[in-house]
Amino acid sequence: MDKPFAITLGAGSSHANKTGAWRTERPVYVDRLPPCNHACPAGENIQHWLSLAEEPSYEAAWRQIMLDNPFPAVMGRVCYRPCESACNRGQLDEAVGINSVERFLGDQAIEHGWTVPVTAQPSGKRVLVVGAGPAGLSAAYHLTLLGHAVTVIDSGSAPGGMMRFGIPRYRLPRHVLDAEIQRILDMGVTLELGRTVTDLAEAMRGFDAAFLAVGAHIGRRAYLPAGDSARILDAVSVLRDVADGPAPLLGRRVVVYDGGNTAMDAARTAKRLGAADAVVVYRRTRDRMPAHDSEVAEASEEGVRMKWLSTIAHADGERVVIERMRLDETGFPQPTGEFEELAADSVVLALGQEADLSLLAGLPGIKVEGGIVKVGPGMMTGCPGVFAGGDMVPAERTVTVAVGHGKKAARHIDAWLRGGAHRPPPRHPMAGFDLLNTWYYSDAPATVRPKLDLARRMSTFDEVEGGLEESTALFEARRCLSCGNCFECDNCYGVCPDNAVLKLGPGLRYEIDLDFCKGCGLCVSECPAGAIEMVPEVT
Amino acid sequence: MPAPRTKFYQVGSFAVGNRLLPPEQRAVQAAPDRGNALTSGHRACRGCGEALGARYAIDAAIRATGGRMIAVNATGCLEVFSTPYPETAWQVSWIHSLFGNAPAVATGVAAALKAKGRTDVRVVGQGGDGGTVDIGFACLSGMFERGDDVLYICYDNQAYMNTGVQRSGATPPAARTATTPVPGGNAFGQGKNAPLIAMAHEIPYVATATVADLRDLEYKVRRAMDFRGARYLHILVPCPLGWVTDACDTIRVARLATESGLFPVFEAEGGEVTGVTRIRRRIPVDDYLRLQSRYAHLFADPPRTDVIARIQASADRNIRRFGLVD
Ligand SMILES: Cc1cc2nc3c(=O)[nH]c(=O)nc-3n(C[C@H](O)[C@H](O)[C@H](O)COP(=O)(O)OP(=O)(O)OC[C@H]3O[C@@H](n4cnc5c(N)ncnc54)[C@H](O)[C@@H]3O)c2cc1C
Ligand SMILES: Cc1ncc(C[n+]2csc(CCOP(=O)(O)OP(=O)(O)O)c2C)c(N)n1
Ligand code: SF4
Ligand code: SF4
Ligand code: SF4
Ligand SMILES: [Mg+2]
Repeated sequence: MDKPFAITLGAGSSHANKTGAWRTERPVYVDRLPPCNHACPAGENIQHWLSLAEEPSYEAAWRQIMLDNPFPAVMGRVCYRPCESACNRGQLDEAVGINSVERFLGDQAIEHGWTVPVTAQPSGKRVLVVGAGPAGLSAAYHLTLLGHAVTVIDSGSAPGGMMRFGIPRYRLPRHVLDAEIQRILDMGVTLELGRTVTDLAEAMRGFDAAFLAVGAHIGRRAYLPAGDSARILDAVSVLRDVADGPAPLLGRRVVVYDGGNTAMDAARTAKRLGAADAVVVYRRTRDRMPAHDSEVAEASEEGVRMKWLSTIAHADGERVVIERMRLDETGFPQPTGEFEELAADSVVLALGQEADLSLLAGLPGIKVEGGIVKVGPGMMTGCPGVFAGGDMVPAERTVTVAVGHGKKAARHIDAWLRGGAHRPPPRHPMAGFDLLNTWYYSDAPATVRPKLDLARRMSTFDEVEGGLEESTALFEARRCLSCGNCFECDNCYGVCPDNAVLKLGPGLRYEIDLDFCKGCGLCVSECPAGAIEMVPEVT
Repeated sequence: MPAPRTKFYQVGSFAVGNRLLPPEQRAVQAAPDRGNALTSGHRACRGCGEALGARYAIDAAIRATGGRMIAVNATGCLEVFSTPYPETAWQVSWIHSLFGNAPAVATGVAAALKAKGRTDVRVVGQGGDGGTVDIGFACLSGMFERGDDVLYICYDNQAYMNTGVQRSGATPPAARTATTPVPGGNAFGQGKNAPLIAMAHEIPYVATATVADLRDLEYKVRRAMDFRGARYLHILVPCPLGWVTDACDTIRVARLATESGLFPVFEAEGGEVTGVTRIRRRIPVDDYLRLQSRYAHLFADPPRTDVIARIQASADRNIRRFGLVD
């Protein structure tokens, strides 16, 4: 042997012994579907844009959101955050403030004037979009990115649909909405305002496909025994008038009927218009209220009173008569025969909305059921080339669902126009909480968004909820556990007793050295994110 | 002073690295150019805690000494699985002599270096719990008492694993080994607490660590190298074979040993405790014992709740004694 004095063995000569032969199972790196991504109605890759924000690369993070959703700043204010309800961190301490970070990124984009370039070759196809609400605008945005010429027609005086004429300013300031809509229009979308489509077949002339997104605007009525002098309004009309016209006269004492989000908006708006007393009357108990907890809480903070287990029996001039209810065994409200009186200058009904589908009359193949239009899995109605989404089709009625419909429809319209079918990529298996090794995550309490002081909340339409600052947004992004996706923590590289994990460098992740991996599974157990799995060796 | 923790970088400093941390805040084990003192091809069992602990410790020592170090190894698994002639998995200057004399050989290496004026080269002695607390104990105590300039590391897997899981002076009560069979398992009230005995020698530095807390382990090796004279580091290294655990649970079981209070993680200077790693998520000893089939007889029918209660009492005593819970 050719070795220095007293040296008997070659350093690392064990490399000749390929211990990989011992293995019966091998570790394999995987990407799993984080529950937040799964829950997002707009299909955002939340885990990925959070990881970009963590770097921090805010613009890259924003661009990642924009691949799926052109309204980050709006989302960061009005989305009901199903992602946060699903977030795995909620089982550890508190969910990641995904929506707060999204808002921060959206606001950064507005502040810095970031835009999305249209790089696709023009397809030569023209698509008509009816309705400039979130569904229509989302479809217009995605269709434009795919190379199609889009014209949006809306009967309103300004684009936005319910984002402008329903959701009050104190939750969604108009300059934010305007900025995000303008960005879409600047990409080359043609918008015709003040034009109501009454005959779709006629309007579609010259277009190769249509996407319908007319929403649901007609306030539902209930039979309410009322005297001649009773002032009874519907909530969507009230909110529309507040947004676009002379503010309605509601008086000093306002009663709002039913317990949804629209009722909360109507009552809070009434307060801001000067009502001394705004009362929400609801048949069931608070826990059954369809309104979101945060909205009920904010309304209460602003002095809106709630009358649970109550229904309006009669209304006239200056008072309403309320009947107490009780829940039967099935949870259904039953009358009790006990009555009380409330002073009321006006009664606002917030019983939900119905779609006006008259424009579809005479169109072959369209199926309407329960006042809404049926669509297939690709968002196409029974009439070839006519697609629909948002509030007018069967789904949850939210801005985010509408945006998601717009995206999905755009992809199917694109495929249809090109004579093919859109096949979404297969979904990865879920990254459930039980796959995480949460030991490795630091304790980090969630950050809280600042709120406007109550006095200003009750007298102005200024935005109630503030955004996060740079430092808090970054902190919040970094609370993400990166469920099911490697975030390069080096744990697998560190914990392998056999040095069988190779580190490939920043952004490139890792690789298993199968010459030496004995298949112990330590890397799998100690991966915080559940991004490795053991797979049996085929022998 | 326990290892400083980095705040809120997603995984804080609990994980090995993190792409968001500057390199100097990552563990030595995160570095692409870490020493890999014990490299691939060794013949340790799947998921061996001792192989892992040894690489963690010696890589940290290499970083702390700039590679100017010599390791002296007692006989035991670490020596046998790493160096079956004519191969070795070591990539550091390394010498092996006997089962019982590693501290004495380390003393001799340190004396030779001193004679040659090469005190820049540091000496690390290492061995299993048998080699340390049993057969090598007189040499070790002498090394402490003379204050020889050696960091001695004991890789404690709680039995003579290399020769087939016989009881050592570090085997815990009730554990089944080849020489302490069920129904009883190992007796209570025997065995040695080597770290406390080392402290009684009032040497400059004594510390405990586990393979479940890499940052802490690396900090303790680095800290030990700040001192001259005899120093002692006692690392808990679970053994899938002897503890009868799944290979993938080696780190988990070490973590549960500390989170139950059974294995206190602390450091001491000049015989006084100067830092303890507090329990982060306290668990009953049951959770720790149940993972290991060497304790299966405690959970048989009827379960030995009396024995489990005694083990719990010793965990509780550690928690009180070292202040492991805030
Ligand atoms: C008061 C209120 C508050 C809400 N708050 C929230 C919230 O906080 N978060 C949330 O996610 N969702 C909220 N929603 C629900 C959300 O606003 C709707 O689900 C969403 O706007 C539906 O989008 P859309 O594009 O389908 O329809 P819309 O937003 O209703 O837009 C439809 C558009 O079509 C136009 N249009 C209709 N008919 C025609 C026609 N024949 N020709 C031309 N144009 C036509 C309309 O003018 C309108 O601009 C709220 C709803 C209301 C009423
Ligand atoms: C004087 C002497 N007696 C017995 C042996 C056999 N022997 C080799 S290793 C070993 C046990 C080692 O136990 P430990 O020190 O705990 O190390 P482990 O293998 O558990 O890591 C024994 C008994 C020996 N080599 N020399
Ligand atoms: S922790 Fe991160 S990746 Fe996991 S669900 Fe929450 S936001 Fe998504
Ligand atoms: S342990 Fe860390 S680095 Fe390895 S796959 Fe999991 S997340 Fe990525
Ligand atoms: S820790 Fe190492 S040896 Fe064990 S399965 Fe992972 S790569 Fe293979
Ligand atoms: Mg041993």
